[in-house]
Amino acid sequence: MSGTMGKLELIQTLLGHEGRVWDVCWHPQGNTLASCGEDKTIRIWGREGSKWANKTILADGHQRTIREVAWSPCGNYLASASFDATTAVWDKKSGQFECNATLEGHENEVKSVAWAKSGHLLATCSRDKSVWVWEVADDDEYECAAVLNAHTQDVKKVVWHPHLDILASASYDNTIKFFKEDVSDNDWICIATLVSHESTVWSLAFDSTGTRLASCSDDHTVKIWQQYLPGNTEGIMTPGNEPVWKCVCTLSGYHSRTVYDISWCHNTGLIATACGDDIIRIFKEVEDSDPNEPSFVLYHACHGAHTQDVNSVMWNPAVPGLLASTSDDAEVKIWQFTD
Amino acid sequence: MRVKMLHSLIQKSKVLFGVKNETPVLGNETCSQAFENAVEATTQNCQSSVLDEEQLKGNEEFRDTIYDHIRNIRDPEKPATLEDLNVVYEDGVMVSDDISVLNAMIKPSTEDDVRVVRIEFNPTVPHCSLATLIGLCIRIKLERNLVDKFKLDIFIKKGTHSTEEEINKQINDKERIAAAMENPDLRDLVEGCIQEGD
Repeated sequence: MSGTMGKLELIQTLLGHEGRVWDVCWHPQGNTLASCGEDKTIRIWGREGSKWANKTILADGHQRTIREVAWSPCGNYLASASFDATTAVWDKKSGQFECNATLEGHENEVKSVAWAKSGHLLATCSRDKSVWVWEVADDDEYECAAVLNAHTQDVKKVVWHPHLDILASASYDNTIKFFKEDVSDNDWICIATLVSHESTVWSLAFDSTGTRLASCSDDHTVKIWQQYLPGNTEGIMTPGNEPVWKCVCTLSGYHSRTVYDISWCHNTGLIATACGDDIIRIFKEVEDSDPNEPSFVLYHACHGAHTQDVNSVMWNPAVPGLLASTSDDAEVKIWQFTD
Repeated sequence: MRVKMLHSLIQKSKVLFGVKNETPVLGNETCSQAFENAVEATTQNCQSSVLDEEQLKGNEEFRDTIYDHIRNIRDPEKPATLEDLNVVYEDGVMVSDDISVLNAMIKPSTEDDVRVVRIEFNPTVPHCSLATLIGLCIRIKLERNLVDKFKLDIFIKKGTHSTEEEINKQINDKERIAAAMENPDLRDLVEGCIQEGD
């Protein structure tokens, strides 16, 4: 297979941002999209008939580049992480989107923000090398539950496990770390460090079961990690009675530049990547491949998806095959993938 | 005639730069294998008359344009240009698909033939932040002035700096660069170095 299976059709190009667009995030219900970038704005797009249109522009929320936006699982809140070292939380309770909470504490640029599925935890990470876990109290109150200084460099991304309150982080120190709350003393601890990438790990994506993780890196590869629980039949040791994660597949030779983002569709199982060579790639697991040694093929490669680096990709959580992407070329694009 | 010239150029480069089997460079290919593949691909191109004198000339002009932009960048510390101080030099500018650099560990053009520009520089002082600053100036100057599409990698000359890997990583991380350029003091410093004219 040479990346020519299926069809990735451009549905619409969303114009409006000025300069680099760093991130895009679909609303959990699938009919709204938020994007953010170096123009310090968040743009919210919604469906109007068969087209997507700009609904709101949130300016003045941040003083510097907005690096990532994330909708809460309930869909009522939008968090934004900024180079101005703050994380803003927006909601529409008043009828209009307003910033009703600002999370401060990081020493410098906040790179990523993510909501736990359970809905009462938020995580942020920064160039200050730390990962912060916040507890959502009532009425727009956020309390810092933990400051985790496990990484030795800039932390690029945080993602929560799809079902459990387990947090994964990706760093400039080339590693991925897992964190969870220790029940005995309510302290958050680092329970795993995944070492294999040879350069900065830019992003992460869990599969729908949460037993697999995909990571992408400046080393031009994508790695697939498999969870092994204590008592596993494969004979993998699990010290400290914690699950162990092993790299079971490395996709190399496909990306010619840094891979900035990765998204694993929980509906179709397809993996999409955003790369600095302007290409969006879609990978598919080979049917019946050994779970301990899976095979993935490059299913589709969309050349010139953008005219500059692709910074982010995300599969729509509700509509199978619908994909959003953003780029240094200031554009946000919506695509439909069909097999 | 052109094919013969090309072949001879490639063979000379290979000898000059001593291509041998080293640790894998691209995926599982060794350096030598990658080189052979590149030679094969280029030869095939030649035979189908794709790579011709005009293209070679185009690459050369592109390299000259790039060098013209970076040679006059002022050194952050000394009242001299990067060229004066031999921090940047013509040979330090490499463009993918350029015959003269097939032998080097140049990353190939992207699949869509967007040129990859690789710039090597030699910081005068083994001071980490100054070297980073120079790398930043080179990048910003080119990103602002080059019209053609390109991807850019900037590296310190091997063996000239104890923390060269750290510096190289920083000056090629676009998120770090973007954040740095939002710092007004740093931005002013860079602007001061890259401003055209006296």
